[in-house]
Amino acid sequence: MAVKVPLAPPAAPTMSPLPISSDLEVRIRKRFPHPEGSFLLNVHFRALAGFTILFGASGAGKTTLLDCIAGLVDPDDGRIVVGGEDFYDAEKKLNVAAWKRNIGYVHQDLALFPHLTAEENVAYGLRKLSRAERQTSSREMLQAFHIEHLRDRRPAQISGGERQRVALARSLVTEPRALLLDEPLSALDRPTKSSLVGDLRKWNQNHRVPILFVTHNGEEVFALGDEVVMLDGGKIVAQGLPHDVMRAPRLETVANLAGFENIFDASVRALHEARGTMTCHLRKGTVELETPLVRAEVGSLLRVGIQAGDLLLATEEPHGLSARNILPGTIRRLAQRDVIVAAIIECGGTDFEVHLTLAARDALQLRPGKAVWVVVKTHSCHLMGI
Amino acid sequence: MNWEAFWLTVRLAAVVAALLVAIGIPIAYWLTYSRWRWKFLVEAAVALPIVLPPTVLGFYVLVALGSRSPLGRWWESLTGRTLAFTFEGLVIGSLLYSLPFAVQPFAASFGAVDRTLLQASASLGHSPLQTFRRIVLPLSQAGLITGFALSFAHTLGEFGVVLMVGGNIPGVTRTLSIDIYDQVQAANYSSANRTALFLLVVSFLILSIVFGLNRYGLNRRTWALSPWR
Repeated sequence: MAVKVPLAPPAAPTMSPLPISSDLEVRIRKRFPHPEGSFLLNVHFRALAGFTILFGASGAGKTTLLDCIAGLVDPDDGRIVVGGEDFYDAEKKLNVAAWKRNIGYVHQDLALFPHLTAEENVAYGLRKLSRAERQTSSREMLQAFHIEHLRDRRPAQISGGERQRVALARSLVTEPRALLLDEPLSALDRPTKSSLVGDLRKWNQNHRVPILFVTHNGEEVFALGDEVVMLDGGKIVAQGLPHDVMRAPRLETVANLAGFENIFDASVRALHEARGTMTCHLRKGTVELETPLVRAEVGSLLRVGIQAGDLLLATEEPHGLSARNILPGTIRRLAQRDVIVAAIIECGGTDFEVHLTLAARDALQLRPGKAVWVVVKTHSCHLMGI
Repeated sequence: MNWEAFWLTVRLAAVVAALLVAIGIPIAYWLTYSRWRWKFLVEAAVALPIVLPPTVLGFYVLVALGSRSPLGRWWESLTGRTLAFTFEGLVIGSLLYSLPFAVQPFAASFGAVDRTLLQASASLGHSPLQTFRRIVLPLSQAGLITGFALSFAHTLGEFGVVLMVGGNIPGVTRTLSIDIYDQVQAANYSSANRTALFLLVVSFLILSIVFGLNRYGLNRRTWALSPWR
């Protein structure tokens, strides 16, 4: 979006001074009824200033966790500290009301006030300021989020992306101590997403508060590239940088989400304990893959997941490679998606999806029907029980 | 038509409907948001006038207003008059009688306001009462108007409670519905018909306005559908 960035940064002189940095620590347990038996949310993590991504399938407990931090839902037990201040402490029987916490929360369906204009929505949280200060602050925020021209419109009269901007501006203008974003980008197309994230990052450079960003979209996790907390069934199953967390799946549901383009059912053919590998036969076709060794018996069924970006393609049979799996095949289809090329390669009755750059496609003169070799590193094969 | 009875009736209905907005909003607020486990008992008590014979309600109101009850004595010491068979007594009886017609539409419209809006308002630093004033009340306009109009129309047409509490004193407690009864008693059918028809038409008009507003005017859906400015 080619929109002019306002001259004044979002941090304006009318705004109150803020702590240099603040972090958020959550240790809570919360049991609640669930269609499939009761469900226990049991988490303990710390989020520093900046983005922390809460990643997990729907039903993993992400929204409940945010609701507890915002004070909209009471945990059963535990402690919530934001910026050094206790908001909830079961031992001390302390539970600060939601409206006294000053935590920004952008709800999944935005919850804009339908009877107020965009500007009135943004000014809503500035209750304590004078009318003039309210107007200055909210106009600056509307400007910073490129929605100044919409200020007299009501939510029903603006687009989904614009509503998202209004909702973000409304939360940020109050200078919250922490920001909770529940899938704020789910409804947006890619360019709108990245411009909105850019505006958020710019805002946070001046404010340095923890931002918890909930998503179930693996692509968003990589795009944001910050600390990830992975939730599954109410528990934290992994935490770290996207690269570490997303590439070491432990559970099949997580693997599915993490965007494995290639998922095959396989049976174990042979174990090579000395080499730390085993041979798996893909059930559809004749392909055998050498994979990392896991605790399994010969004949047991597994699922193998391989990311399309981890696969190599060669137009001549490669020699002298460390990779253990070199599979001859034929290109069936090539499809361009943004700046990557997704190639579907048939190898011995199994289709592999391989992602390449545009340059690689042109240099190798790839086209459907061409004979190629697919190279699979042993440790690119992720195994999951069935 | 008996104009004295007409103006008395309109005055009674207007006073009662206005007071019910003031009394009904806090009651409806409590009924909507309270998590008290015995709340249903209060809900039942508020709805009681819908099913109770007006004479039963009127009888107990009369007893409560009488000079032997604490309320009656307190009023007498204050004003030197009894409450029974006065306009004020009539107002009290009518308040109870029309209470559900105000409280139920209020509570229904408060309850229909999306909870996520209330949560958003809390996260933006507004207390429950501030949220109620700035979000719930504006979004409940249709329910507030419905409650006001229904209690006005319901008071306009009441008979049993008025007769029990107010009697039939011209200019003080003789409302249109009592007037109709009098005229029928006196075999004055054409006069009774004129008044009855008038009440019928007015009640129909009020209800038409209420339903029309709910359908096309102030319904919450219009926030989403109609271009506003």
